[in-house]
Amino acid sequence: MLGEGIIKGMAETARNFLGSYTDPARLVTVEFPEEKVPAKENARSFPFLIFDGDDAAKGLRCVACQICEKECPPKCIYITKSKDKKPDYVGKSQFYPAVFDIDISVCMSCQICVEVCPFEAIKMDTEFELSNTDRFGGLLFDKQKLAKPNEHYHKIHPTEAAEVDGRLGAEKAKLEAKAKADAEAKVKAAAAAAIPKPAPDSSAPAVVK
Amino acid sequence: METITEHPEPKYEILPKTSTNGEAAGNLLEVAMGPHHPSTHGVFRMDVVLDGEKVVKLKPVFGYLHRNHEKIAENTTYLGSMPYTDRLDYLCSMTNNWAYALSVEKLAGLQPPERAEYIRVITAELTRLVNHTCLVGFLLQDMGALGTPLMYAFREREWILDLFEALSGSRMMCNYMRFGGCRVDLPAGWIEQAKKAVDSYSGFLDEFEKFLTENEILVARTQGVGVLSSELAINASITGPMLRASGVNYDIRKVDKYGIYERFDFRVPLGDHGDVYDRYMIRLLEMRESVKILNQALRDIPAGPIIDPKAKIRGFRPKAGEAYGRIEGPKGELGFYLISDGSPNPYRYRVRPPSLINLTVLEDMCLGQDVADAVIILGSVDIVLGEVDR
Repeated sequence: MLGEGIIKGMAETARNFLGSYTDPARLVTVEFPEEKVPAKENARSFPFLIFDGDDAAKGLRCVACQICEKECPPKCIYITKSKDKKPDYVGKSQFYPAVFDIDISVCMSCQICVEVCPFEAIKMDTEFELSNTDRFGGLLFDKQKLAKPNEHYHKIHPTEAAEVDGRLGAEKAKLEAKAKADAEAKVKAAAAAAIPKPAPDSSAPAVVK
Repeated sequence: METITEHPEPKYEILPKTSTNGEAAGNLLEVAMGPHHPSTHGVFRMDVVLDGEKVVKLKPVFGYLHRNHEKIAENTTYLGSMPYTDRLDYLCSMTNNWAYALSVEKLAGLQPPERAEYIRVITAELTRLVNHTCLVGFLLQDMGALGTPLMYAFREREWILDLFEALSGSRMMCNYMRFGGCRVDLPAGWIEQAKKAVDSYSGFLDEFEKFLTENEILVARTQGVGVLSSELAINASITGPMLRASGVNYDIRKVDKYGIYERFDFRVPLGDHGDVYDRYMIRLLEMRESVKILNQALRDIPAGPIIDPKAKIRGFRPKAGEAYGRIEGPKGELGFYLISDGSPNPYRYRVRPPSLINLTVLEDMCLGQDVADAVIILGSVDIVLGEVDR
């Protein structure tokens, strides 16, 4: 019969339309500004810089190695290395970024800066409501605006942050153990002038891998 | 002072609307459809010459979205052009990533581990579902079914985009594959979620077919329209669903057996007539085959590492040589041809875009058809201007 296909299709539409009143599974949209879908754990928008502790200027993990600046595909990162050094999270003396700018109007959220960073210093944020009336200055994020505490990272990417913290903690413990062993070895070497020395490093604590 | 400027040759002459003695020479009319025409799926122009309603000449004009992709890729590192490949065919970033990763792996001699291969198949087939769902929705919208089928298609697509976001962090610009594997492992509970989405998909396809496949208007509009013969399709190196709708059995998943496709049991649907209806049906049937592959892959996926231990993120320099990696993208054969001179950047980077090459037969399909049919013929070619213009 001519028109049978059309009637079938209309019945399907009617089923969907009426179903949306009774079946909540058929209502697939949310009323956005009032109601928000929670961000996925892996979600990414734009990069931010992590600092440890309370002071953003002191605890910034970035050591201005400029790898992210070189690897960034659209070249939206601008870094100036500091002249002096300051201690980093393990107490080693390192450079720090005197200037660290990201132009988020150029950034394409590809996450390559995060992947290439050897110091776990730059991570992806999930904040996306960044509209601004000043399209040049307002979208050029400087060091102060980019710096966010490690707690923020834990809040937005809990699994990943726990893994990173574990790795950094192990690294730090390893370095501390090494420093301690070195100090002990020094004391022993001083004492070794009088007494013959036992096997070295046997007293060093087990290294957490 | 007279300045001399060389004018380029006119592309083709504008037909005289009036004859020399002032009378009308005929009722030929030249119309520029696009670049801001809603049916051209982006900034694409069809210069058509019409005799009444019939198309007598058609010329596709593109390049409005040219972004210099290949040259940018030659000036950035191998890894740096991975996010740009997402933006080629922005509906199917996962397959674009895979094609590029495949050619770099051939160049550098990397072998992705088992689990990564399975993840690649799963994401690629999900991408095929996304692409074909979108295409069918848009095609029906071009035919005048405004809104409803497209919204149903987008509703289903959203479940898959949610999966992509949970996996890679971005709904469309996934940037997920890496040379020798994948970037991150599947998050907890992802497989179950994917199984749920895939299970509901065949129900959606049934609904969609009930909705439209027997619809008399659709049949009248599409059957016998825009016929592409298999000889012409082969000669013009058409690939993908368009080629198979013309009855040529050529699927790179079967021919090349890249990745681990030889392990899966699936069929290649073929068309008979090569008209718009066949191209529409091929997509629906291919989605069913994709669901079949997905069910097998989600069942069999092993545990293990997701990236080749030899793969390097920083300081990646493949040895000098050349490689061509190709996959069966949702639109056709997507290939990346790379020449390396041992530096961190490719010496030459070339994309074989299926959309562009499938577009070359547009005039042959449209000649003699109504102008309204030209719109749906273009819709059935399945182009994305990001890939056509690059």
